Amino acid sequence: MLGSIDPLLLLASLMVAATPILFAAIGELVVERAGVLNLGVEGMMITGAICGFIVAVQTGSPWIGFAAAALGGAVLAALFGLLTQYLLSNQVATGLALTLFGLGLASLLGQDWAGIRAPRVPDLPLGPLSDLPILGPVLFRHDPMVYLGLALCLAVWVVLTRTRAGLILRAVGENHDSAHALGYRVRAVRMAAILFGGACAGLGGAYLSLVRVPQWTDGITAGAGWIALAIVVFASWRPGRLVIGAYLFGGVAQLQLNLQAAGARVPVELLSMSPYLATILVLVLLSSGRAPGSLGRSFHAAR
Amino acid sequence: MKRRTFLATGSAVAASAAFGLPARAQDGEPVKIGFVYVGPIGDGGWTFQHNEGRLAVEEHFGDRVETIYQESVPEGPDAERVITQMALQGADLIFTTSFGYMEPTVNVAAQFPDVKFEHATGYMRADNLATYDARFYEGRAVIGTMAGMLTKTNKIGYIGSFPIPEVIQGINSSFLHARKVNPDVEMVVIWAYTWFDPAREADAAQAMIEQGVDVILQHTDSTAPQAAAAAANEAGAEIYTFGQASDMASFKPMPRVSSIIDNWAPYYIDRVQQVIDGTWESTHTWGGIADGEVEIGEITDAVPAEVKAAAEDMIARISSGEYHPFTGPINRQDGSVFLAEGEVATDEQLVSMDFYVEGLTGEIPN
Repeated sequence: MLGSIDPLLLLASLMVAATPILFAAIGELVVERAGVLNLGVEGMMITGAICGFIVAVQTGSPWIGFAAAALGGAVLAALFGLLTQYLLSNQVATGLALTLFGLGLASLLGQDWAGIRAPRVPDLPLGPLSDLPILGPVLFRHDPMVYLGLALCLAVWVVLTRTRAGLILRAVGENHDSAHALGYRVRAVRMAAILFGGACAGLGGAYLSLVRVPQWTDGITAGAGWIALAIVVFASWRPGRLVIGAYLFGGVAQLQLNLQAAGARVPVELLSMSPYLATILVLVLLSSGRAPGSLGRSFHAAR
Repeated sequence: MKRRTFLATGSAVAASAAFGLPARAQDGEPVKIGFVYVGPIGDGGWTFQHNEGRLAVEEHFGDRVETIYQESVPEGPDAERVITQMALQGADLIFTTSFGYMEPTVNVAAQFPDVKFEHATGYMRADNLATYDARFYEGRAVIGTMAGMLTKTNKIGYIGSFPIPEVIQGINSSFLHARKVNPDVEMVVIWAYTWFDPAREADAAQAMIEQGVDVILQHTDSTAPQAAAAAANEAGAEIYTFGQASDMASFKPMPRVSSIIDNWAPYYIDRVQQVIDGTWESTHTWGGIADGEVEIGEITDAVPAEVKAAAEDMIARISSGEYHPFTGPINRQDGSVFLAEGEVATDEQLVSMDFYVEGLTGEIPN
């Protein structure tokens, strides 16, 4: 019975399932490492989903669609940045408001776009690599966004741990007063991080509407932004663990659906809770980090 | 606003909060109707169709009514807060449109005896709380018949939401009727544990397709399974689907070859009229194909003529009352008799259905 599950197809589909969460989570990780808590990930994701979808359909190019999604997410993030960094509004309340605003905005923009097919996102031809036995179908027959998500995680890790820019960003997140005293422009650094986080969330949303579902449906994110936020925390704000968390969540979610389809003799309730349970357990076992010291605190330059 | 008006309004709201009495609409003011939705109104399925009913009420009554709604309300404590808020806003009649709103609706109805409540797909009633439902299982019998005739792999799939009687009726009805026309058919059931999550619904459809399923039925609210099937068909597959709750016509002629449409508008208009006339009473209504509450969407030309004829015959027989989808002999999954030869299931048996029929594999979650 379980032999009817093709492990190669399963592993390939987990990469697709994890990608939207991976994009949103890596963006939020950078934001939080800069000391800002943006709970508006869901709102930015769904704004990216509709912006990307509309532009992709209008232009016939999914790539222009993804660019528009990143821009849409970043615009919403800029609004959050303006309110929290310059007008010093409460980050938690503003983030929640951003989610509500994003959901409403996407619903409004998407009224005439339901049921329309988006242009297909082609797989990236990787030549002989895609013909490799086992590894080929699992790793090398995906669309470019899957690889971009992984590349982005690697790039974030390199920047945060190996560059001066990353050191400054972490310093701002750990103690913004000290960073300010050293002459770093705390607000500018945080705004850059916020915009990056918004763009990533937008890409994650567009991946849902252009690849994974693939269509526009009101409420398409259905909580994916909140999963991304949770994974950032459970990954202890570390990019490597975040990849594990996103892939674990996506993988177990796919596995439980496939096990049900194959008629596995495992209680359905257990299967349905397994993605959440497995992700939390593994990341808690790995977890040893702490939150950035200035996370969620407003910065007053005058102090 | 004049100060005395402001004070009077404030006092009324305060009294409402303190004594559980709604701020009633004054004579001549429009009747206020509230709707609580489990998904977004743009879901293309269940909530979309309820909202179409709300819009029909507005169109029919014009400025004699005012409608308010709240979408994407989770089933549970949040629902109770939202329903309470609507009652405090002065709603005269509140429709709560998902099974999981049952206990919250009962609780709020007890606090606001002057407000009338209507709960969809539930079974708990009170003097000011009515229930209404549609016999979706009749529609499932029709599309189950089509599914059994259309499948080439003899594997049909059913994406279930939650293991409640309404969904179990649908699974059993569609399977029984698929088996009647195709004794070799198997049914793969995936419980998504959600009414609305496009990504998960698409993934469930994809998992079924990978297991060799070529006809997909859904009891979830988004059009994502249709989109997943359409994408598979573009890649060379031949997957058939059926619209759920709404027509989902944008996926015609393939993969969507027909649909079950919930037409709530006549019921909503009728009940609002009763509130206006002062004749509203707590009732339980369970309409089906004959009442126009369950409709079968256009059967597309992608379906062979004999399949279409079988479906239309089934619609006619159910509509005339000649045939009931749960007519014996029907056994439970464990082989025990549910209905003897010629015996027809009672409504009481249907609303408490918590078992699979014989031939289905797997277990119903608790």
